[in-house]
Amino acid sequence: MTILTRRKLITSAAIGAGGLLTGCDALNRSPAFQDVLASAETANFTVQRALGDRMELASEYRVADLSPVFRANGTRDPGTPAYAASAAQGFADWRLRLTGLFVRPQIFSLAALQSLPQRTQITRHDCVEGWSAIGQWTGVPLKILLDIAQLQPSARFLVFHCADRLGGRPYYESIDLLEGFHPQTILAHQLNGEPLPVANGAPLRLRVERQLGYKQAKYVTGVQAVASLAGIGEGKGGYWQDVANYEWYAGI
Amino acid sequence: MLKEAVISPTPRHCLTTRLWHWINALCLLVLLMSGLTIFNAHPRLYWGEYGANNDPAWLAVGSSERTGYLRLGEMRIETTGFLGNWKDSEGRTRTWAFPGWATIPSNYSLADGRRWHFFFAWIFALGLTLFMIRSLWNRHIQKDLRMREQEWRPSHIWHSLRDHTRISAIRKSSGEPYNVIQKLTYIGVIFILLPLMIATGLTMSPAMDANWPFLTDLFGGRQSARSVHFLTAFLLVVFFLIHIVMVLLSRPVRQIRAMITGGHARESGQ
Repeated sequence: MTILTRRKLITSAAIGAGGLLTGCDALNRSPAFQDVLASAETANFTVQRALGDRMELASEYRVADLSPVFRANGTRDPGTPAYAASAAQGFADWRLRLTGLFVRPQIFSLAALQSLPQRTQITRHDCVEGWSAIGQWTGVPLKILLDIAQLQPSARFLVFHCADRLGGRPYYESIDLLEGFHPQTILAHQLNGEPLPVANGAPLRLRVERQLGYKQAKYVTGVQAVASLAGIGEGKGGYWQDVANYEWYAGI
Repeated sequence: MLKEAVISPTPRHCLTTRLWHWINALCLLVLLMSGLTIFNAHPRLYWGEYGANNDPAWLAVGSSERTGYLRLGEMRIETTGFLGNWKDSEGRTRTWAFPGWATIPSNYSLADGRRWHFFFAWIFALGLTLFMIRSLWNRHIQKDLRMREQEWRPSHIWHSLRDHTRISAIRKSSGEPYNVIQKLTYIGVIFILLPLMIATGLTMSPAMDANWPFLTDLFGGRQSARSVHFLTAFLLVVFFLIHIVMVLLSRPVRQIRAMITGGHARESGQ
């Protein structure tokens, strides 16, 4: 009795494991089940925001802690003629446009951005893939630009438009206003004391230090203030959210 | 009803324990398999705060030519067919670290793996918390897991450990009250390994780093926490395998039935 049942148990365990996998793949394809799984994003967002003082800073490090090589990921060169031409002249013609729900929309040159107060921070970049690199970023706090351009009351999100395309689509990302006004949220033009390399997003990239790497939009050309993310791209708030099931909230 | 109550005044496993056991088993399986999907996105482990492709990894799974390998420090182990280079169900060669049969989903999708992982992480963490509270409240922990003074004697521990390597001794054991090895194992899993999974998981979150920077300090950096997360998961797999073997060797039907229906306390001599 015991031995027979034991064999039966092992067999059904093996069948169960195979069935579990097929079942998981079927569930993974079901939009309804994906919605259930995605509910964890709301929990993560709500709890992580509630746990800290909302303006809590990400860890900052010393020069001795810097990664010897700061790995670049995603687009390493936008590769368009316009970008190449701009790079050839040191991005002298690069413009950052603040559009959308601003009281006073703005256009900044790099020189204009560099003449504003700057912030330098040594922070850890955490890629969604699992690796980390520590780098020193210098740039203008986004809050300063938001204070100049003045958000309209209906603005709720800031969308970052980029000069690079991945798989034929323009890269973009978005954050909410809390992150936008966070003191470590900067538009960086320097990495480790040097002008930002092309592979790392020259001439301007976003740093949102409490979120994962895919939030850190590179080759930034515009900041658009919007009331809703619905009209942008496919409406999920970012390139990776549109093309795969990455979450808009990238705090974990 | 009355008859049953007379025969079995207390079940061997109370309802909380049984519910948690199965919910937790499901969660751990999904967390492991979706975790392997996430690991496949960057199959390298480091110590310290940072770590990427240019930094030295203490563990790496890779693929070269037609072979897969696992590198542990300086040691390189061929793992073709199992890790780094394997054939999927349609016979195509794949070079992801862990093979499709071990991951959720079975194809490589970091985004989907993360969704599964975080959803089940919530159920796992809430389940563990409720189980701990309830088991303190109903004195399951104090009654069944507390170590008696004589159980700490090295000779006692040694004897119990030796019994676990003898099939005859395992067959004779009713599995309760818990012996010293069972107690130490369950205490280690419930109070050390499982909480460690949650703590190291949270340490990898950049938002938690801002909220609770002590976590990063505790584990000596984000990449160390990621390594500990992986090693602890490995220990849980080892626990799971031994746990299954022990159940199968010691009257499995009765054991599993007890974990489903509750069974009878102090049942013996069948």
